[in-house]
Amino acid sequence: MRITQGTFSYLPDFTEEQIKLQMRYCLDNGWPISIEHTDDPHPRNSYWEMWGLPMFEAHDLDIPYQELNECRRAFPDHYIKLNGYDRTKGKQTTMLSFIVHRPKEEPGFTLDRTEGEDRRIQYTIRSKPR
Amino acid sequence: MAGNNTSVKNKSRWAAGITPYAEMGYYNPDYEPKDTDILCAFRLVPQEGVDPIEASAAVAGESSTATWTVVWTDRLTPYENYQAKCYRVDPVPGSDQHIAYIAYDLDLFEEGSIANLTSSIIGNVFGFKALRSLRLEDMRIPPHYVKTFQGPPHGIVMEREYLNKFGRPLLGATVKPKLGLSARNYGRVVYEALRGGLDFTKDDENINSQPFMRWRDRYLFCMEAVNRAIAASGEIKGHYLNVTAGTMEDMYERADFAKELGSIIVMIDLTVGYTAIQSMSKWARKNGVILHLHRAGHGTYTRQKTHGVNFRVISKWMRLAGVDHIHAGTVVGKLEGDPNAIRGYYNTLRANKLEADPSQGLYFEQDWASLPATMPVASGGIHAGQMHQLLHYLGEDVVLQFGGGTIGHPDGIAQGATANRVAVEAMIQARSEGRDFLSEGPEILDKAARWSPELRKALDVWKDVTFDFESTDVPDAVPTLTV
Repeated sequence: MRITQGTFSYLPDFTEEQIKLQMRYCLDNGWPISIEHTDDPHPRNSYWEMWGLPMFEAHDLDIPYQELNECRRAFPDHYIKLNGYDRTKGKQTTMLSFIVHRPKEEPGFTLDRTEGEDRRIQYTIRSKPR
Repeated sequence: MAGNNTSVKNKSRWAAGITPYAEMGYYNPDYEPKDTDILCAFRLVPQEGVDPIEASAAVAGESSTATWTVVWTDRLTPYENYQAKCYRVDPVPGSDQHIAYIAYDLDLFEEGSIANLTSSIIGNVFGFKALRSLRLEDMRIPPHYVKTFQGPPHGIVMEREYLNKFGRPLLGATVKPKLGLSARNYGRVVYEALRGGLDFTKDDENINSQPFMRWRDRYLFCMEAVNRAIAASGEIKGHYLNVTAGTMEDMYERADFAKELGSIIVMIDLTVGYTAIQSMSKWARKNGVILHLHRAGHGTYTRQKTHGVNFRVISKWMRLAGVDHIHAGTVVGKLEGDPNAIRGYYNTLRANKLEADPSQGLYFEQDWASLPATMPVASGGIHAGQMHQLLHYLGEDVVLQFGGGTIGHPDGIAQGATANRVAVEAMIQARSEGRDFLSEGPEILDKAARWSPELRKALDVWKDVTFDFESTDVPDAVPTLTV
């Protein structure tokens, strides 16, 4: 399966040039870029591992793009996403977040059902082991 | 209002009988509104022969302390404080309309009660014989009063962080046909639409608990569908379970059941009333469930330019009352909506601070004092082929709801959902890449359709569908007051 989290998961995987254009858009808006990776893309996993701190000082592409490449080299079997963050008042949140790298095999999830009274069902979504 | 003003000339303010409202202090052109005042702009058309200033003063009087005759008991109060003051009346060029600006002291209103606010301001005056018509165009709600309301249970930022969805409009669909599906068939539509790529599906406003589908059965099937789609995509998704019912007790019962089943969102209709909306807002904050509001019925009083309540005022009341989503127009779809007026509604719902802007019909500045924002929902006659226009007019923080535009796809519901998702992502990508997506929109969609057969079909089926009718309600850009 293909996990469709993130801003652009329904588009074909981005070329390097397309990734850079989205990074450029973040920087042009003054949004620091951060990189996160995980081997557990459960829909409620809010905390992927941080690849260093958000790059507050990086105002051009060189450093973030280099960091992305290093992250891909270090975790070729992980999901990796890029985030752009806006600290301005009233936003103070992520503005763009998209997956730039996926493992070759995406195992996906299972749905467990626990039947209760009155036809109620408790659902549990589990990441399939790899 | 005195029918014949000459008979009351030279009468003492306090003599028994009738004194014109304007002379009783309800008109005061020298009054300088205080920062704490609630300000209103009314569009009024007096009956023939009625002085517009006296008509405006009457509106101020009847929406605050006055009754039709002098009462001595006013003199037991600091009435100057409690009287609303009309401080400005502007004629609307080329018409028989006037805009009356009225200031109300903060003490006139109970804290945190839309019911009380509206009972005062629109309670009596709209049936006034001396007016041919009356419309509440806008209100300035000072932070002092804003802060007495809870506001949206979550707000746009919290909703996005919970959903883990950033940087693009959210996508939804209302299940169709809106009436008649059995619960099991209904859940099928939900599953297909969500697994195909939508973030939300939605009950329609009139889906409550009818003989063909009772609410409990619908909730059970819908939650199976939602959870299947989450597992299939790895994304958090939801279905707006409509909990609207005949009594508060029934609404709480339905909402509690939705929460127990793990639904992240419930919905209510505007028809439940302001107090019920505020109660459900508290419930939603307490239980961590997103609250969606369908504006059912609003067109009866928001649409006509000269009578009723402008939707921007309803938007303000609903942001105060506290809803996370509200339907606010599409510009390009099948329902009423002038682009500038809708921009004004969207800004009212989303911005933290607004300046007066006559071009958007915003008569006053508005400071929301960090009250969370309400996510506008665009629903009704929109489709993937309009994605560039939707993004241009409505921006990113919006739920685009494609009901027919998902379920009517010739290859199936999931394919319809995919077409919409591909279209929105392609448009956001182009936007970030610096393309002029409004003018190049059709080309951007066409290019994406080369690798997305779902989008190709959608574009082919709906390419010529537009709803190009003149709006009945457009801002007239009367010079506005900046206080």
